[in-house]
Amino acid sequence: MTYPRYILVWVGLVMLTALTLTSASLELGKVSIVVCLIIAAVKSTLVILYFMNLLFEKRLLLKMLVPIAICVLAIFIGLTYTDLLFR
Amino acid sequence: MSSSHNPSVEAHEEGVKARVGLWLFLLSEILLFGGMFLLYSMYRYKNPGDFHAGSMELSRFDGTLNTIVLLTSSLTVVVALHSLHIKRSKARAVFFLLTTIALGFTFLIVKSFEWTAKFQHGLYPGAKFLESQPHGFILFFGLYFTMTGLHALHVIVGMVVLSFVTNFVIREKIKPERINIMENGALYWHLVDIIWIFLYPLFYLIT
Repeated sequence: MTYPRYILVWVGLVMLTALTLTSASLELGKVSIVVCLIIAAVKSTLVILYFMNLLFEKRLLLKMLVPIAICVLAIFIGLTYTDLLFR
Repeated sequence: MSSSHNPSVEAHEEGVKARVGLWLFLLSEILLFGGMFLLYSMYRYKNPGDFHAGSMELSRFDGTLNTIVLLTSSLTVVVALHSLHIKRSKARAVFFLLTTIALGFTFLIVKSFEWTAKFQHGLYPGAKFLESQPHGFILFFGLYFTMTGLHALHVIVGMVVLSFVTNFVIREKIKPERINIMENGALYWHLVDIIWIFLYPLFYLIT
């Protein structure tokens, strides 16, 4: 890993921020929130893999932690919404 | 451990343990904010119009500026780590750490201008003007102050941690071959950045 790689990731992050901002002014209606969340997910993935160095992590336990967190959150959110939508 | 005493292996093992511990802490942070995001999504689902009206009150410029500031601070902290660990340059590491802390400070200054403007428009919890607004609008600002406030608290904690890290690097308590404290400080800082990555579109960019 060298400086240029980090700077490239940063450029990507800034460009994605610009993309989110543009998408918000396009009046996309209900799709807008989906677009925003997908871009935010891509940005966090970049930060986690390159800045937090999980791409080069060798330990299985550490590799699994983020997917585990996502699963726990998905269960939380999924169960709450089944309650909210089918009450 | 007794017969094969090897300091570099020991330092490496210590680093792995410290990293696992910190990642577990980060998971608990993700769940803390996760609960708030869940609350936010349910209220937004029930009051889409009021949330849009609330979002219109926020400054997109300030939000975007702070996003860029935090993303840049994530870059500088990772460059600081790289400078010490790989390039073994203490001076560069200290320079980039101080830049990171300065960017954190910039974030807080922008945030304070933003909050002051809201206060002047009568938009703060318990204000008479805000209380007279629709229910969803009040909820939006309650969530806005709680979530960005808790995030700002994390920025302050991150700055304190990085100040200690800078001090340790200067006094050579953190050395190129033993960087786990610095690594963990940087990981925490990145988490603060990731939380903001989600807060930004959810509060500033509601269409």
